[in-house]
Amino acid sequence: MKNLYKYIAVALLVYIHLGGLLLEAPRLNILNETVRALYFHVPMWFGMVLLYSISVYYAIKFLRNPLSDFDLKSVEYANVGTAFGILGILTGMLWANYTWGSPWHGDPKQNGAAIALLVYLAYFVLRGSVDNEEQKARLSAVYNIFAFAAMIPLIFIIPRLTDSMHPGNGGNPGFNAYDLDSRMRLIFYPAVIAWFLIGVWIVSLRVRYRLLQNQLSEN
Amino acid sequence: MIITLLKKELTLELRRKSVIAGIGLYLFSLVFICYLTFSLRHNTINAATWSALFWLTILFSVVNSIAKSFIGEKRGLSIYYYSVASPQAIILSKILYNTLLAVMLSLAGYLLFAVLIGNPIQDGALFIITLILSGIGFSSSLSLISGIASKANNSNILMAVLSFPVLISILLMSIRITKNALDGIDRAASYDELLNLLAINCIATALAYLLFPYIWRS
Repeated sequence: MKNLYKYIAVALLVYIHLGGLLLEAPRLNILNETVRALYFHVPMWFGMVLLYSISVYYAIKFLRNPLSDFDLKSVEYANVGTAFGILGILTGMLWANYTWGSPWHGDPKQNGAAIALLVYLAYFVLRGSVDNEEQKARLSAVYNIFAFAAMIPLIFIIPRLTDSMHPGNGGNPGFNAYDLDSRMRLIFYPAVIAWFLIGVWIVSLRVRYRLLQNQLSEN
Repeated sequence: MIITLLKKELTLELRRKSVIAGIGLYLFSLVFICYLTFSLRHNTINAATWSALFWLTILFSVVNSIAKSFIGEKRGLSIYYYSVASPQAIILSKILYNTLLAVMLSLAGYLLFAVLIGNPIQDGALFIITLILSGIGFSSSLSLISGIASKANNSNILMAVLSFPVLISILLMSIRITKNALDGIDRAASYDELLNLLAINCIATALAYLLFPYIWRS
């Protein structure tokens, strides 16, 4: 029963890959077949934001009750969130190459995402430069919360102020263009859930691996 | 308590004149380098370049001058503060003091820019409000980050790495308003950005207030 979410994730991913590549997609101007990137690129960002949020949640828990378990989880969620972010940027660049004509176009969302990644890379640098384990955990938890709160305006507000070139934009980064199409939703929503579950699975593996490492080094 | 600490910061700062002079000279050198590299006697720069240069200059001088608020302090001193003051009072007094410093630096920077490079700003009042708001934002986020960086090794590099991503949202908002002030657009067009800047300031100050006790404890 504990592993149920893994089965769900795998089943959904099989469905998404088959359905996302084979099922009918709407014909839209310029986008054409690249609209299928929605199933693989956009869930990366949803996954990244969710994983970072969980990382902040554990950082707050750590500050309230300093157990090394919370710190470990906070770091690993941030790690996997960063991996999702990098994959999101790469898939986005691949997509932009075909629709916008070049991989990096200076789109406000692209820049916001790059800055969000910078925040967490700085977080890892901070962790690397403190020696004391307990102090490292506390300082990085504080920075994690602070940077996350400072990052939210970047991802959610600034793209709304300027026009982004992302589909469905023009003031609002929603999914206006797809709202009419229920066929895409049928695959997109499961895709978000599935990629997020995969992220949680990777985190749980990494946490277990780190705990074993700690046990080994103690003996 | 906050007032006492603020007074102490001010008297300490006034006693060590070399520090203020150093910051002032740093700012002047930055502006002068901008002036020389663009060889401005012969050609003028356009408004967008002016605002980019201005904000870069302000960013660097503010980061460097606020960084010292915790990084320069001796270990014994912080233990002494710990015994006489609450962490909330300390961070608030630091934020107030640094706000003062940041606003003075930005105003001085504006003056230097106006003298050496030219003053293309059409809506001066709006621009000065922006300078004050961004000064508050810079000081509250940088005070906390300086506290974090002071506990780690190689804190000077860390200070830059940790602060730039956090400051970008403030900078982007300020540059947006600066653009409106440069073009002399109707003020109503900048209300959204001013409100955003204010909101970012509130978030940053509240977080610094809440989180500082945790880094203080060590």
